[in-house]
Amino acid sequence: METMTGAKALMTAMEKEGVKQVFGLPGGANLPMYDEFARCDIRHILVRHEQSAAHMADGFGRVSRKPGVCFATSGPGATNILTGLATAQADSAPMIAVTGQVPVAMIGKDAFQESDIIGMANPVVKYSFQPRLPGEVPEAVRKGFYIAETGRPGPVLLDIPKDVQQNEAPMDFPDEFTIQGYHPWNDPDVASVQKAVDMLVNSERPIILAGGGTIISSAFAELQSVAETLMIPVVTTFKGKGAFPENHPLSLGPIGMHGHAEANKMMAEADCVLAIGTRFSDRSVGTFEAFEKRLKIIHMDVDPAEIGKNQTTNIAVVGDVRASLRVMVKLLLQRSLKKSEDSVWIKHVRETKEYWKENLKIHPGEMGAAKILRKLRELLPKESVVTTEVGQHQMWASLFYDVIQPGTFFSSTGLGTMGWGFPASIGAKVARPDVPVVDIAGDGSFSMTENSLATAVLEDIPVIVFVLNNSTLGMVAQWQRTFYDRRMIGVDQGGCPDYVKLAESYGAQGIRAQSMDELDKAIKSALSSDVATVIDIPIDPEEDVLPFVAPGTSLSDMILPS
Amino acid sequence: MWAILSILVENKPGILFKVTHLFRSRNFNIDSISVGVTDDENYSRMTITTYGDDKQIIQIVKQLDKMIDTVEVKQLDEHKTLFRELCIFNIKLSSASDSMEVNKLVNAYGGKVHDVKKDSLMVELTATPAQIKAFEELVKPFGIIDVARTGVAALQRSGA
Repeated sequence: METMTGAKALMTAMEKEGVKQVFGLPGGANLPMYDEFARCDIRHILVRHEQSAAHMADGFGRVSRKPGVCFATSGPGATNILTGLATAQADSAPMIAVTGQVPVAMIGKDAFQESDIIGMANPVVKYSFQPRLPGEVPEAVRKGFYIAETGRPGPVLLDIPKDVQQNEAPMDFPDEFTIQGYHPWNDPDVASVQKAVDMLVNSERPIILAGGGTIISSAFAELQSVAETLMIPVVTTFKGKGAFPENHPLSLGPIGMHGHAEANKMMAEADCVLAIGTRFSDRSVGTFEAFEKRLKIIHMDVDPAEIGKNQTTNIAVVGDVRASLRVMVKLLLQRSLKKSEDSVWIKHVRETKEYWKENLKIHPGEMGAAKILRKLRELLPKESVVTTEVGQHQMWASLFYDVIQPGTFFSSTGLGTMGWGFPASIGAKVARPDVPVVDIAGDGSFSMTENSLATAVLEDIPVIVFVLNNSTLGMVAQWQRTFYDRRMIGVDQGGCPDYVKLAESYGAQGIRAQSMDELDKAIKSALSSDVATVIDIPIDPEEDVLPFVAPGTSLSDMILPS
Repeated sequence: MWAILSILVENKPGILFKVTHLFRSRNFNIDSISVGVTDDENYSRMTITTYGDDKQIIQIVKQLDKMIDTVEVKQLDEHKTLFRELCIFNIKLSSASDSMEVNKLVNAYGGKVHDVKKDSLMVELTATPAQIKAFEELVKPFGIIDVARTGVAALQRSGA
C-alpha cells in the first residue's frame, strides 16, 4: 500500500475510473485536490459558475453514459451545484460531484464557507459520501462511480473535508467491494415478458411509449425490432424523444403537454401500451383517467419503485429495459410472431400521421419556429448532438426538430432547468468532439448560464448556441396570454443583451439571422467554425407553442392552432 | 390503513435523517418511529408506523427499499408480530377517589404506578398503540398533565 494524501488518492482513484476531465471552480476548501491537477493527466475545465460545472458534467454523462465529474469548493461553491444535482437526479443522469468541505474539526461550527451540503443535497442525489479519514477516499470514489452509473443512474456527491484531502494515509484501491443495500436489478423475469408479448399480440390497437430509460440503456435496436416485428406505432415521452428514429414510418413522436398531435391522438385511441423506461410524468400523460379504463398497460423499468408509483399497470417487467426488450425480441423470434403491415390500426395510424403532417398550422411568417428548426435539421448531420434549454424553444424543438439518429437529443425534462442546455452542450462536446453539438436555446434560458461562453472559448469547445430570440420569457408569456387574460407580468427581456455583441465580447462568433437565407449561411458558418458560435434569431414574441394540452386534462383534448 | 414497517439499516451517522427525509419529501407521514442498535452493532433497526392506503404503503416500502442504506425493509403483518410501545402518563388527581379509580385502570391495563403525589401520579404502560389509546381515553376525564411515548418496537414472531 502506497502512502499518499487524500487529495492524491482522489485523483488516482478517478484516473482508475477512466476520468479524463473535470469541470470545476477552485476555492479555499478544495485547493489540495486542485493542486493535484499539476501531477496527473486529468484535464481541468474552468467554469464561471459552479452550477454550470454540474450541468457540463451532466451533459457529458448523458452523452458518454459514464459519469461526468464536477468540482466545487465548500459553502457557496457547494450550494451552487444543488440545481445541477437536482437536474441530474430528475433525469437519471450519471454524475459525480466532488465538493470541498471545511476540516472535520470545524464541521458544525458555522465556519467560513461551511455548508451542510450532505444534508442539503440528500433529496437530490442518488447517494452521498463524506469520508472522514483520508484512507476512506478510494473506496468512496469506487462505490460512488458504481452507484452513479449502475441501475437507474444518478448523481453521487463526494464531500471531502480539507484535512481529509491534506492528510496522508496508506491507500488501498479496492476492486472488490460490497454495498449491502444496493442491488441494481438487471435481468427481467422471462415469464412477465412472455405475458407482455401475449398481451401485445392479442390487442387490436397496441402502441409503444418509449421513455428516457430507453435512451439511458441504449435499447434502440431492440425497440426498433419489437416495433417492426409486431408493427406497433411508437410514441415517446419528451425525455424519450429520439429513442426511435423520428423519420421512421412507425414513429409518431413525443406525446404530452406539447406532444405531436398524431402522437397524442393515437395514444388516446390505443388499447394496450408497452411503456418502456418512463415514470408516466404529468407532463407526458396529462391525465390517463379518461381512457385508462380500456387501456392495458405493460410497464418496463429498471427501478421497481416506479412500478405503480404514478400509474397502475397490468404487467410489470422490472429490469434493465434493454435486457427486457432483448428477451422480448428472442421470444418473438422463437414464436415466429410477425404482424401484418396493413392491419386496420396501422392504416389508421398512417392516415392520422398523414393528416397532421398536412393540416397542422404553423406560424405563417418566414421566421416561424417550425421553419427555423426544420432548416436546422436540414443542415445538421444526423449524428449531431442537440441539447435544449427550457421553454417555448424546447417544445418547438420537440415538435419540429426530428431526431434521426437515436440518442442524440438531450434536455432537462424532469426538473425543467433553464440554463441547462448551454453548459450541457459543452459537456456533450467534450464527450463527442467529433460531431457538431448544438444548444437549441431561448433568450431567457441562455441568459442564465451565458457566461459559460468563457469556458467554450478558452477551452476550445466549439459548440453552437441557437437562440430563438423573442426577447420574452416566452412560455410564461404564452400561459399569461392563455390563462391570465393577457396580463403580461415579468416576461419582457427588453432586447437585452445584444447576443451578437455578447458572443464577440467573449471571443466567440456571433451571427444574427433575420431571414432564411441568413440563417442558412449562419448555420453553415457555425458548423465550420473553430470557435463557439451564437446564432441570434429574432422571432415573433406572440408565437405560441401548439398543440397544447392544458394541465390536468386528457391528451385527446388538445388546443390547436386556429 | 395503519402499517408497521421494520427497517434494518447500516448503523452509520445520518441514516435516520435520510429515512425521515424520504417520508417528508415523498409526502408520506410518520405516525411513530423508534430506533435502536441490533445485537450486531453494525446494524440498527427502525420501526416506523405509518398511515396510508394500500398503494401508498407499497410505494413507501419500495422507496425505502430503494435507499442504499437500508439492508432490509419489511411491512409486518400485525397478526404475526409482537409489537409494543412504552408510554408514560402524568395524570392529575382532584380527590382521593380519583387515585383509586386511576389505580384500578392501571391494573386492568397491566401498567405500573410511579411517583404518587397528592394531586398527581405517573403511570408507565407498555402495550399496543390501540390499548394505549383506549387507556388514554379512560384517564382523560381526570386530566392528563403530560404524555411521553416511545413509538412502536416490533418483531415478527418466530415461525410466523
